[in-house]
Amino acid sequence: MFFPLLAQAAATPAKQSNTALFMFLAFVAATLVITYFSAKKSTGSSAYFAAGRRITGWQNGLAVAGDYMSAASFLGIAGMIAFNGYDGFMYSVGFLVAYLTVLLVVAEPLRNAGKYTMADVLAYRLKPRPVRAAASLSTLTVSIFYMIAQMVGAGTLVRQLLPGVSYEAAVIGVGVLMVVYVVFGGMLATTWVQIIKAVLLMTGSFFLSVLVMSKFDFSITKFMEAVSHVTFTGKDGNPVTQNFLTPGLLFKNPLDQISLGLALVFGTAGLPHILIRFYTVPDAKTARASVVWAMILIGLFYIMTTFFGFGAATLLGPDFLKVNGGTNMAAPELARFLGGELFFAFISAVAFATILAVVAGLTISASTSFAHDFYTNVLHHGKEHRPGEEVRVARITAFVVGALAIGIAILLGPTVNVAFLVGLAFAVAASANLPVILFSIFWKRFNTSGAVWGLTVGLASSIALILLSPDFMKSPLFPLKNPAILSIPLGFLGAWLGTLLSHEPESAEKFTELTVRANTGLGAEKATAH
Amino acid sequence: MSAQDPRDFTPESAAPTDIAPLGRTPEKPAHERTADEDRDNANWDEIAAAPEFKALLAAKVRFIVPATIFFVIYYFALPYLVGYHPELMKTKVWGEMNWAYLFALSQFFMAWVVAAFYVVVAKGWDRRAAAVLAKFKH
Repeated sequence: MFFPLLAQAAATPAKQSNTALFMFLAFVAATLVITYFSAKKSTGSSAYFAAGRRITGWQNGLAVAGDYMSAASFLGIAGMIAFNGYDGFMYSVGFLVAYLTVLLVVAEPLRNAGKYTMADVLAYRLKPRPVRAAASLSTLTVSIFYMIAQMVGAGTLVRQLLPGVSYEAAVIGVGVLMVVYVVFGGMLATTWVQIIKAVLLMTGSFFLSVLVMSKFDFSITKFMEAVSHVTFTGKDGNPVTQNFLTPGLLFKNPLDQISLGLALVFGTAGLPHILIRFYTVPDAKTARASVVWAMILIGLFYIMTTFFGFGAATLLGPDFLKVNGGTNMAAPELARFLGGELFFAFISAVAFATILAVVAGLTISASTSFAHDFYTNVLHHGKEHRPGEEVRVARITAFVVGALAIGIAILLGPTVNVAFLVGLAFAVAASANLPVILFSIFWKRFNTSGAVWGLTVGLASSIALILLSPDFMKSPLFPLKNPAILSIPLGFLGAWLGTLLSHEPESAEKFTELTVRANTGLGAEKATAH
Repeated sequence: MSAQDPRDFTPESAAPTDIAPLGRTPEKPAHERTADEDRDNANWDEIAAAPEFKALLAAKVRFIVPATIFFVIYYFALPYLVGYHPELMKTKVWGEMNWAYLFALSQFFMAWVVAAFYVVVAKGWDRRAAAVLAKFKH
């Protein structure tokens, strides 16, 4: 569905690259040094969960971009464009436009009215315990499913890039590193891992794109001419020449594309690991600036997918890629072709860095939600018994979540289709999280029952529809690969009906206060002093 | 950061430890207090009823609602046209470049332009919000 390519590990291992291993170790060493220094600074909840709210706009913009541009987008989309042309590029478009929802609707009110998690904004007007319990459940679902997809992707990738390392060793390695970043360095270390990764990814993609265009004398016309005549071996064994600028080579059902678009455009604004990034900046203005920075970077990156995706299609061709590592290896193989072993090693190391950073971001969002929403606010009625308890619980959770993700990723094995997990993450975010965030910010009548119903119905319907989809059933009861087109309306309907079923005057009373806070920033959490 | 303006009634809640009530730091973070505990914090109803605040909200709605409707329609026009009118989208415009690719590419610039407009307009909202807060500072 989203990145079917990440799942399909190619049978043919690539050549061993010690340079790639060395570059990867250099990245790990650099991030561990950062973690060490962050650990010394991370005392107290605000420092641990929100980096003391002292991250600047462009730093957070880079970190948001780093959190978002996963290995799936870098390797997956490059491969999809290399094999299916135009339709692969359709993913790129949705990933950027999604940020308009974040910018226009969600980022600033969330920063003004929340503290560490998405649930803070919901719990503001509503009864905190049921709402936080439901929100925590959906956050953990989104984060863990997304994370397992990344871990399985990491394992299969490492096997291709470094044939000496086994799938299990790769998964455990990635898992241990992310736990180290999160447990010791907290949000500050995680943020810097994202920033370094985003810079590496942008640099790598830029040079890859420039090298591709140099093969076409920097002429867009020549490039497009080549893209419109890609020759490969068809299913019947005869060579086929296909115009790769033609839509419809991958998506056959238009509704599938619209449903996918809905999941992307409305799901991003409900992804917990993106939302918690807005608590790391001092105020709503900086949150706005960071979305704008992220949009510039993410937009440039996804435009560049045209150059290296189509570049791989024209310069290497689908036939070559099929026997040289498969779809996931389109970008690294293109780098090898254009820049030799050193560039191949660099792009491979960037891919590792990408996975590590995204997984660390997901781990911290899961553990923050568990510690802050579930442990402190649901189990202990919002009181910490001892100073630092919340942070301690978050560290333990990060450890448990890491171990769980490693275990499940190893159990599922390298051949499982992980695409549905990522699809599920976006669909749950769009169907469960977004309706309740919107209603609690904008609808006065909204109440606790509505929030719990909205979260539950959105979560349950997206999971159920994915289980009934073509990814899971031979004769599917639900024809579309992505449930968003049906589960988003169901999420809204659940929240609306749930609201009408009960009456809660306190929630309407507090609405005035939330509106003032969300729109003026009065009483918003401030940066900590050093 | 730590030295607060004496007229600023905004609680400084995220102290390094987050727990110890030092000086003006309240025991609970601002948004986790109940309505009763929060009563003296600010007169929310008074601010909400102020014409300046109402004008701020109206200005936000005037921009955000049309902008959101615009970008949603513009974006979903792409999968709709590509899916249901593929022949139209395959039409070549310039060399091998077709409408499908150009329209997809235009989405990036659409997103950037909407974001740029938002940033400009939001600066005005920041000034209005600051004016509202200044009026209600004791």
